[in-house]
This record gives sequence, structure tokens and C-alpha cells, in this order.
Amino acid sequence: MYSFGILSAAIWVPIVGGFLVLALGDRAGGNLARWASLLVSVATFAITLPLLTGFDTQTASMQFVERIPWIPSFHIEYFLGIDGISLWFILLTSFLTVLVVISSWRNVSSRLSQYLAAFLIMDGLMIGVFCALDAILFYVFWEAMLIPMFLIIGVWGGPRRVYATIKFFLYTFLGSVLMLVAFLYLYFHCGDSFSLLAFQRTPLGTSAQTWIFLAFLIAFAVKIPMWPVHTWLPDAHVEAPTAGSVILAAVMLKMGAYGFLRLSLPITPDASHQLAWLMITLSLIAIVYIALIAVVQKDMKKLIAYSSIAHMGYVTLGFFVFTQTAVEGAIIQMLSHGFVSAAMFLCVGVLYDRMHTREIEAYGGVANVMPIFASLMMLFAMGNVGLPGTSGFVGEFMVVLGTYQAYPWPAIIAATGLITGAAYTLWLFKRVLFGGIVHAQVAALNDLNGREILVLGSLAGLVLLLGVWPAPFLDVVHVSVAHLLQQVSVSKIPS
Amino acid sequence: MEIFAWLHSLPPIWVYLLIPLAPLAGALVAGLGGWALRERAHWAPILGVAFALYLSIFVLLEVLHGVSFYGNVYTWAVFGNLPVHIGFDIDSLTAVMLVVVTFVSLCVHIYTIGYMHGDPGYARFFSYIALFTFSMLMLVMANNFLQLFFGWEAVGLVSYLLIGFWFTRESANQAALKAFLVNRVGDFGFLIGIAAIYHYCGSLDYRTVFASVPGLIGQTVTILPGHPWSVLTWIALLLFIGAMGKSAQVPLHVWLPESMEGPTPISALIHAATMVTAGIFMVSRMSPIYEQSATALSVVLIIGAITALFMGLIGLVQNDIKRIIAYSTLSQLGYMTAALGASAFSAAIFHLMTHAFFKALLFLAAGSVIHAMENEQDIRKMGGLRRHMPITYLTFLVGALALSGIPPFAGFFSKDLIIEAVGDSSMVGAHFAYLLLVLGALVTALYTFRMFFLVFHGKQRMDEHTRAHLHESPWVITAPLIALAIPSLLAGWFFVAPVGLGDFLDSSLQIRAQWNTVAEIASHWQGAGVFLLHGLQSWPFWLAILGIALAVWFYLLHDGVPAGLSTLLAPATWVLRKKYGFDAFNQWVFVRGALLFGRRFWHWGDESLIDGAMVNGSARMVARAALSWRRLQTGYIYHYAFVMIIGLVLFMTYFMIWRG
Repeated sequence: MYSFGILSAAIWVPIVGGFLVLALGDRAGGNLARWASLLVSVATFAITLPLLTGFDTQTASMQFVERIPWIPSFHIEYFLGIDGISLWFILLTSFLTVLVVISSWRNVSSRLSQYLAAFLIMDGLMIGVFCALDAILFYVFWEAMLIPMFLIIGVWGGPRRVYATIKFFLYTFLGSVLMLVAFLYLYFHCGDSFSLLAFQRTPLGTSAQTWIFLAFLIAFAVKIPMWPVHTWLPDAHVEAPTAGSVILAAVMLKMGAYGFLRLSLPITPDASHQLAWLMITLSLIAIVYIALIAVVQKDMKKLIAYSSIAHMGYVTLGFFVFTQTAVEGAIIQMLSHGFVSAAMFLCVGVLYDRMHTREIEAYGGVANVMPIFASLMMLFAMGNVGLPGTSGFVGEFMVVLGTYQAYPWPAIIAATGLITGAAYTLWLFKRVLFGGIVHAQVAALNDLNGREILVLGSLAGLVLLLGVWPAPFLDVVHVSVAHLLQQVSVSKIPS
Repeated sequence: MEIFAWLHSLPPIWVYLLIPLAPLAGALVAGLGGWALRERAHWAPILGVAFALYLSIFVLLEVLHGVSFYGNVYTWAVFGNLPVHIGFDIDSLTAVMLVVVTFVSLCVHIYTIGYMHGDPGYARFFSYIALFTFSMLMLVMANNFLQLFFGWEAVGLVSYLLIGFWFTRESANQAALKAFLVNRVGDFGFLIGIAAIYHYCGSLDYRTVFASVPGLIGQTVTILPGHPWSVLTWIALLLFIGAMGKSAQVPLHVWLPESMEGPTPISALIHAATMVTAGIFMVSRMSPIYEQSATALSVVLIIGAITALFMGLIGLVQNDIKRIIAYSTLSQLGYMTAALGASAFSAAIFHLMTHAFFKALLFLAAGSVIHAMENEQDIRKMGGLRRHMPITYLTFLVGALALSGIPPFAGFFSKDLIIEAVGDSSMVGAHFAYLLLVLGALVTALYTFRMFFLVFHGKQRMDEHTRAHLHESPWVITAPLIALAIPSLLAGWFFVAPVGLGDFLDSSLQIRAQWNTVAEIASHWQGAGVFLLHGLQSWPFWLAILGIALAVWFYLLHDGVPAGLSTLLAPATWVLRKKYGFDAFNQWVFVRGALLFGRRFWHWGDESLIDGAMVNGSARMVARAALSWRRLQTGYIYHYAFVMIIGLVLFMTYFMIWRG
């Protein structure tokens, strides 16, 4: 089945576009690069829309498949396709790239074209990760997308950017090397194929499954990140420029979670069941331990970074209780976190652009001078808290309900996130936005400009839409999740 | 009736949909257009809420004619195969709540025109209270747990926003945060309860859940190893934790007194009349579940009775007019909760209704006083206000008499019914609860009339400037007072027979025959007149009279007595002033505990152990082992990219050689 090449277009248009922007350089004060980037990112988003309209929600098999040999001597293929699990993340990526381009319009002072080009190239590479069905292709995209991110943090980052980048590099690189080893094992094991679908079908013994599961776990746990391999994230966020944080939190963290769904669960179902206790424990630690750390943070970005880790705890918890409600909830949580964390980092960016500090103590009383900003940030804070009517609620609610079906205690522990999440989010909110104005700099703040309203407003719309009517979002994932759970429920240990 | 005729031509669901949507539309207009509308922003919310009231009355009349509705508006989501809807359950219980909520809300909206006049947040305030009305209506109209939880959390959000309305005040922000977090503790239990329902009943829809309840009788769940519990008790207690948060029952009551930091209109609407009664409403709605668990009912009964007496006692030593009323609200919510525990759901709802009127009245009248006193809230600095504010004075008196349970005011009927029902109850703990509730009647009358006399009678203790400016409030403030005084006077007499004692709510409730104390009482005393005569011969009435008499003696005749008494009972007053130490305990254990653990985890766990020992430690080791690594850490990102490409090439080469 070969269909038109939408996925290829979604991958290569932004990459080629990114190089064109690079070639344009900072001519005309960067305006050329700005408009070209906007054009490329909007075009990419437009290309990905037919994926949604043309998507068949009744089948679990891969859609929009493109499959041609790439390196025939090693049976490496250029093999792309999506199902209900990957669809939303492709749209999320292409949509957020548009927002990132718009939000970077004025606030990057040096090497603007290179900056924008990095995001465009990363856009294509990340879409590539979500639709690659060949292990080597997946690995190439997986590693390659890190390069623009290293550059974004390392070149445009804050004062400790070198430390943060090295930490990020060491963590992720060590993680993914093991994934490559697992791929090689699987390649030989299933008889010269790198197809992920073949990997999913091949029977595997218990110990092989355990080793492969652990190899994948390290790669994905670093990316999500899960406790205790999470410490690169707060540093990376703090040093990253706003747009970098947005993409990092909203899309890159989802890669690890996506890896669990695409690789770990279907390829090593027995090990997934056996080690579910480990995954559940790590997830609960993330929800409880990380949330408490978030409470005492003094830097806004660090606080939101820790909050991200706690929210991703719900995702991994949802995956490893193996109930339909929990897995679907986890996917919705990923999507919602894409909106909410992007919005929260953009909000911090709005403040940072004006005040050049992320210290919570430097603020206070911002709502007095920025009422529109305060209203929007309130909405996102509520999304972060998981209030019904916002997107943040849907995923957490479904994960808790689905987890309870399998194990009551983990559900109870996970539900403490309701309290701690409110504590760190609203306390942050109180210290930054409420109160009288203490600092003269705050008194001089201007409210949002049109561009910022456009960016934050569109995210606000999505946060509300997903909260008030999640049905269309869930309809897409039902069949694929049911199929996945069916795969996971069947043992692959050869008898 | 004529004015409702046209509504019959609409599809019923439209009528029901318009009830919450009208205030929501008002909220959106005031919220989004507030910058342009400024002090005209009240029109849209008031029209929206007035229209909702009009429709609610229509719905109530329809329900009286036997019309009910149970249906869905849209499918919110499908969980696996299970559709979860947004929908409405319209029956007598909902209809009563609709009228109470929209009526009090409308009074508060009109009152707010006068009260918030000149406030820079005028439009924002109207937007919030209309949004609150929408959320509360969604809550009471829900036909499933998802929507119930949505309304539940949404009213909590608006409450948070309104407590912290004057966001430049540190104390208001602190109170708002506290209210939200304490409520979240309740919501935590509530959410687990919903999860348990979803697990055991396989649905979130009320009817489906209630239909599967009989099948759960006898099933047990083992939460703590070795202690199997009845599933229904487990669910009922979890849901009750939610009710304890929202309806401020001990020990989750700590947020309500501090919520008085918010503007007075919302203290009336949210923190007295409507939102805080959501827990009472919810437990009544879930009567099919609660009636299957004697354990859960006993817990509800005892918690309610403890709240009723001990929170009332704190009211005796408070000096802030709003805080006194807030503690009285806690106490009255305790009465309602105790009624739930005695299976007297109709008595609880009846008291909810009369309390909504007279407590909203008291708060709004207090607001009128505060307004006249130029934002002074300390009753020790008031006195003799009756000459300056006759309407406020008389309406406040109506509220005070209703609260104290003096016949024929509304509170008498509902409170007496609750005390009778608890007295007749055979639940474990009912005797204890009865004793607390009867004593509570004395305490209620005492703190109410202490406040009343200190505010309106006696010497004028305010400063000269304030005294010179004392005045009755404008009509937008007094009109709602009068509108609320009427039901505070009459609602008991007229509704005790149908709502309290009668069968009006029967279709919404399920009560076991042997626990049905209200039916028992109704069989003895039919009608308001007989019930009133009976009440005159019972303990609570005479204790209330005693309470008022004591207040007269203490605060009108011998004003040295209270000071002498408080010296005499110094340890007791100290305990009451410290509010039994709940706040200190929470501050020490939970707030400091969370911060302590947070810092320890951060510095010891993340920074020292993970980063220090593992990450940077291994990096150091590698650096020590190979100098080339150190050269790598130059920070030139291109090097890393280069290394990765080299790595990829090496991998390919290795691959080819090995494969070849």
C-alpha cells in the first residue's frame, strides 16, 4: 500500500525548508528568515492535516504507509506509517513548530536564521520518529533530532548552557546506544529485518525479552524522563531558550513514552508484564517525590520542568497497568501535557523577555499590570493542576480510573498528585502574579502583544477543547490501543 | 401559568440546557467585554441568572406535576467501550436546588451592584459569580459522576478566584490557596471514590451505578491486608471525604473561616448558601449507596454532630462579624451532615434550603453593616447601629431568629426536624450526636445574639468619623435583604410539610424503611402547625431561648460578665481561640513537612545522590580515565554532532565487516 507520500512530505518539507532558511541567512534584518520559516512551518502543518481528515479510525493497521528499500544489503528500509497512537503527536509537533516560529519572532537577537532553521529541521526529524517503522530509520531520526536541540541549548542557551548540554548529551546518548544494541539483536533474531512490525511479531524467550526491555527502558526512561534519570531535564530547561523548552517539554519528552508504546510493549510483552511493578514504582516515585521537589523550586522554569516529570509519571503509570482506560488516558495526558507545558514555558518566556530573570522572587503582583497574561496563565495553571474542563484533567482522570481497575493502591498514590500538583502550581501562581507590586521593574511591565495573544490564545483554545470535548481525540486512539493491549496480552515466549 | 406557557413548545432539553448556559453567557460577556463595559458589566450576568431563575421555577412547577427528565446532551468521551456523557437528571431534588441556587444567586448579583460599586474589578467580579452559578447548576443537574466532578471542581475554582479576588492582599491570597488545597484533599478522596465506582459498577452514569448497587452488597475489598471492607462502605466513605472538603466538615473545615477574606457577596453565595452545601446535596443524591452502609452513615452522623457543636463554640469567641457567621455556617453544615447520617436526607435538604435563605441574608446584612462601617469588621468597634440602619437591622434580626431556631422562622422547622430525626435514629453514635446537636442549639442562639446585640444595640463604640458617616445602604443592597428575609421567615412554615416531612423528595431518595426516621416523625406530627406546637415543648427550643436570654444578660444588661467569664474559663477560651489547634497542626505537619521533604529530596536526592554521585561522578571517572573525554567537554557542540556521525559511520563499518 503506497499512498501519496504525505508522511515523507511532512518530514522533508521542514528539513529542506530549514536548510533554505539557513541559506537565506539574516538578510533584511532577519525578516526574510522569519517569513520563510513561518511559511515552511505552516506548510508542514497543512501537510499533516490530511492525516487527520483521511485517518480511518476503524483499523489498527498502519496507515499512509510508505515502504521502499533504503540499504538493501542490510534490509534497511525507508518504512513509514502511522496509527492512532502516533497520529496526534505528528500534528502536535507540526502545530507547535508554527507557534514556536511565531513566538521567536522578535526575541532572538543573534543568528536568527540558524535558530529558526534548527527548529524547522527538528520538526521534520521529530515527525520522522513518530512515523518511522524501520528500526534503523527510527534510530537515525531519534539521534538526529537531538543535534538541533543540542545546538539550540548550546548556542542560544543561558549562562550554564555548556554544562546543561553535556549532561543532556551524556544521558541521552548513553541511553540510546543500548537501544541500538537491542535493535541489532532483534535484527538477527528475526531473520534480517529491521521492520518494527516484524520485531513485534517475532517470538522471544524470557531472558531475551528482559534484556531488550531493559535496554529500551534506559533509552526511553532518559527521554521521558523517569526517576532517577531525570536530572538532566531541569538543567536543560533552565538553560534552553523559551522555544527550545517548548519543543523539549511538549514533543521530545513524548518520544520516550511513544517508544514504550511502539517498541517495549509490543516487542517484549512478557517482560513488560513481569517488570510492570518496576515501572509502576518508578512512575509513582515521579508523581510523589518529584512533585514535592517542584514545590520548593525558586526558578520558574525549574519548577515547570519538575512538574513535567511528575506529569509524565501519570503517562508511564497508565501504560503499565494495561487497562484500556489507563493507556488511552496516558496518551491523552501526553497530548495535554504537550499543550499545557508548551503554554507554561511560553508564559515564563513572556515574563523572561521582559524582565530577564526566572527567579520567582523577582516577581509578584504581575496581574496588576498584565491582566490578559494573568487570565491566560491562570487557565494554563488550571490545566497543569488537572481541573475538569481543561485538557489536564482528562488524562489524569482516565489514568487514575484505569489504574484503580488493576491496582487500587497505585491509583490512590497517583491521586495525591491532585494535591501536590495544585500546591506547586498555585503557589507559583500566587507568588508571581498575585500580591502587591514590590519591584519597580514589575510595575513597568507591558501586557501581552498581539503575537503573544495569538500564540497563547490558540493553546488556550486547545486546552479547553480537549477538556470539554475529548471524544474526538479519543476516537482516533481506541482501535490502536485495543490492538496494542491485545498484542501485550499474548505471550511471545516460544513454547 | 401564563408566563411559562411558551416554554412548553420548546424541547425539554433546551429548557434544561438554557438554565446553566444563560449564566455562562453572562459570565462570558462580563469577562471578555469587561474592559469596555466597566460598571455596566452587571447587566449580562443579572439577565442570565434571572432567566435561569425563571426557567428553574418553571422546572420546579413541572416537577410538581410529575415531570422528570434523565438524558444526555453529548458524549464527552468514550473510555474504551464505555461512553461518558454530559447530561441532566431533573427530579425533585435537582429542582429544589435549582430554585435555591438561582434565587440566592440573583439576590447576590443585585446586591453586588451596590457592594462592589467603584471597585476596579467590578466586571471581573460579575464574571466570576455568573461563572460560579453556571458551575453550581451543572453540578446539581448532573446525571453522572464525571459532570458532578466537573461542577464540583469548577465551583472550587471560582471559590478560589473569589476568595483571592483582592489579589493584592497577602492574606486573601493565602486564604485562597488554602481553600483550594484543603478542598483538593477532599477531592482526592472523591476521585478515588469515583474510580472505585467505575471499577465496581463499570459506569459513571447515576442510574446504571445505582442499579448495580444491590449486586455489590456483600462484596468486600481489602485495602489494608487482613481487613476486608464492604465495597459500598469503602465507596461511601471515599465520596464523603469529598463532601467533607466541600462542605467543610471537621477536620477539613479549616479553609472556610479564612474564605471570609473574599468580598462579602461571595461569602453569602458561595461560602454559605450554595457551594458549601454541595457535599450535602451529593450525599443525598447518592442515598442509594449510603443506605447500604450503616458504617458510613455512622461516620457521617458523628462527623456532622462534632462539627455542629464544636465549630459553633469557636463562634463564641470570634470578634469579626463575618467569621462569626462563617463558624455558624460550619455548625449548620454539621447539622445537615448529621441529618444525612441519620438517613434524614429530606431534613438535610430542607435545612439546606432554609439555611441558604437565612444565611445568605445574614451575610448580606453583615455586608451592609461593613459597608456602612467603612470596612470595619470587628464587632467590638460597632454597637447601636439599629438607629442608623433600620432595614438592615430588621432583616438581620429575621436572619438571627431563623438561625437560632425560633419559631415560626424558617430555621426552626428544619433544625428541629434534624434534631428529632437524629434523636429517633438507631445508628451507632446517634445518642452522642443527639446530645451534641441539642447543646448546639444553645450555642447557636448565644453566639448569634451576642453578635446581634454587639452590632446593633448598646453603646456606639466606633470612632467619630465613622459614626458621622453611618447610613442605611442603598436600595440595591436593601432590596435583596428584604427578598431574602421573606423566605427566611416563611419558608419553614410553608415547606416543612411537603419538603421536610412529605414525599416531595421521595422520588430522588432511597431510604431503608427501618432507618427512615423522617417518615416516623411525619406519621406523628402532620403539618406545620402540629410540628410547631411540638417544637415548643422540646429541648432545642428552650435551649435557644436560654441562649438568647444569656446573650441579653451578657451583652445588654451586664456587659462585664463576658470578660469575667472568659477569665474564669481561661483554658477553655484559649482552646477556642486557638481553634483546637487544627491550623497549627496543619502548618507544622503538612506545610512544613511538604517543604522539608521537598528540600531534602531536592538537595540530597537529586543534587547529591543522583547528580553528585552518579551522573557527575561517572563523568569525572570517565574524564580521569581518558583525557580525550576531557577534551570532548569543550562545549563546542559541533564536536558532539561530529562524534555522533563518526559513531554512526563506525557502526556501519563494523556492521559491514562483521556481516561480510
